[in-house]
Amino acid sequence: MPANRFNGNKDYGVGIGLRIPHYGHIFEKKPVVDWFEIISENFMVEGGRQLQVLDQILERYRVVQHGVSMYFGSAEPLNREHLRRLKKLVKRTNTPWLTDHLCWGSVDGRYSHDLLPMPYTFEAAKRTAQKIREARDFLEVPIAVENVSSYAEYHVSEMTEWEFLNEVVEDADCGILLDVNNIYVSSRNHSFDPFEYLRSVPAERVAQIHIAGHSNYEKYILDTHDHPVLDPVWQLYAKAIELAGPTATLLEWDDRIPSFDEVHKEALKAQRYVPASSAVAS
Amino acid sequence: MNLDQIQRAVFEVVRQPLTEDERMRPLTLDGKSTTEIAEKVIKPNDRLTSVERLEIYNRVYWFRILSSLADDFPGLRAVIGQEKFDQVLLGYLTEMPSESFTLRDLGSRLEKWLRAHPELIAEHERMALDMVRLEWADIEAYDAAELPVLTQNELGSLGEDPVFHLQPHIQLLDLAYPVDELLLKVRETEEPETDISSNVVVMDSAESRPHKQQILPKTKKVYLAVHRQQYSVYFKRLKPEAFALLRALQQGQPLSQAIETSVNWSGKKLERVMEQLHDWFANWAELGWFCRPVEK
Repeated sequence: MPANRFNGNKDYGVGIGLRIPHYGHIFEKKPVVDWFEIISENFMVEGGRQLQVLDQILERYRVVQHGVSMYFGSAEPLNREHLRRLKKLVKRTNTPWLTDHLCWGSVDGRYSHDLLPMPYTFEAAKRTAQKIREARDFLEVPIAVENVSSYAEYHVSEMTEWEFLNEVVEDADCGILLDVNNIYVSSRNHSFDPFEYLRSVPAERVAQIHIAGHSNYEKYILDTHDHPVLDPVWQLYAKAIELAGPTATLLEWDDRIPSFDEVHKEALKAQRYVPASSAVAS
Repeated sequence: MNLDQIQRAVFEVVRQPLTEDERMRPLTLDGKSTTEIAEKVIKPNDRLTSVERLEIYNRVYWFRILSSLADDFPGLRAVIGQEKFDQVLLGYLTEMPSESFTLRDLGSRLEKWLRAHPELIAEHERMALDMVRLEWADIEAYDAAELPVLTQNELGSLGEDPVFHLQPHIQLLDLAYPVDELLLKVRETEEPETDISSNVVVMDSAESRPHKQQILPKTKKVYLAVHRQQYSVYFKRLKPEAFALLRALQQGQPLSQAIETSVNWSGKKLERVMEQLHDWFANWAELGWFCRPVEK
């Protein structure tokens, strides 16, 4: 679904993450990029260089905010200070939609700074959906939740990951940031069919897609964002586009970051999977 | 187990410090068996046991926060050496887990924690504390607010005994050692691996990076303003009487009282302070240090 109510009815194309090693290139060369994704937490500050950079970017480019620490799935309430600062940033960027992860990561106000996997229970789905609705009501912007890669499963789970995702997004009436690399990583770690996952996702709720590279270890796969996208992930991406239609797509490359051109070139490979008639003009 | 119970159990294990060979410890901080918790909560699969699966998160947690804190305090490492530095990071993060959604705040309580654990910095206690204060001030100055600067006209029309408001990014430090010079030297040879948050999985331990040994300075009083200009943080040394005056202004004292404070604190004669006053204010105004107060 190229544009829908979960992405502010925007028809964005292929973007990349805004990363510090690329600032110089972006300001000097002013490359054509459909859009940039920013990590919200890096800009939830009161002043200084990060906000100056952001303002310069906003003059020329479209920006979408992606968070890493809202922790919709934590049992504890949302952090009001976090929300207040996030809303200030939302007003600054005018992000048409906002994303964070379907995970938990804090207990009693103590933060893990990691994306910990959810137990797939009805209780957890209900609590998570309630917090997503609260955040959306406060922030006044559409929210899409991202499926995370995971390395562990819980005994108490009552459903599959994709059933849990469906349960949450239907209850919260929110969008999905579909990370096809995360689906692949988890499918290998938990031995499920990633295409079954994809077919089960409500396509009309997909607001955005993430692609990324990962690392193979002896007994598991890690979501490391330090490689080009691998073939199995491109195959999943092709299927996702077939099911959901051309959708705003973002390449994540967060470690061992190569040149801007290399990252952008890798991201633009996504256009191969978009039907020519519906490709978004840059 | 409900959601809250599961998360408490898992987090207790995840934030458990690793063993020396970077594996999960057998007991939690309050003496529970990590194996029992893992087996009760986490499913094994055909390749990994419950413990091994939970251990992945345990390791990622520690690698991420150790790496982040190490990047923020390279000066402290230079003062106390790698071995003590590792002990400080581990002890601090074990006792004071992050209470902020951003890794930027990870070191906010390090000075306070070190004051309660002087044995870890015993050889260079004052220098280490000075360095931690400086490195935290640097973080604060980097992204604190910058309010509209007072114009010359506004400065000239403040009245006879005005209250001056300093920019929120200005941090004033009285130091027993010239750690500002040392930190600049450290930075010449080391750059942090990254200064952004992301959801990338970190699988390198911070201790694995080599660091150049620095010659430590001798004691020398330094009065420093850590401030921001054009989005970069600078260290500006001040005379003691100027430092005392600025600190009094920062505390909200009107000019006449701030001058008195400066004279009393520095032991300088009033005439000496008064004859420098014009030049100081001209310089500070040029740097944009005086701002309009925050509207309530």
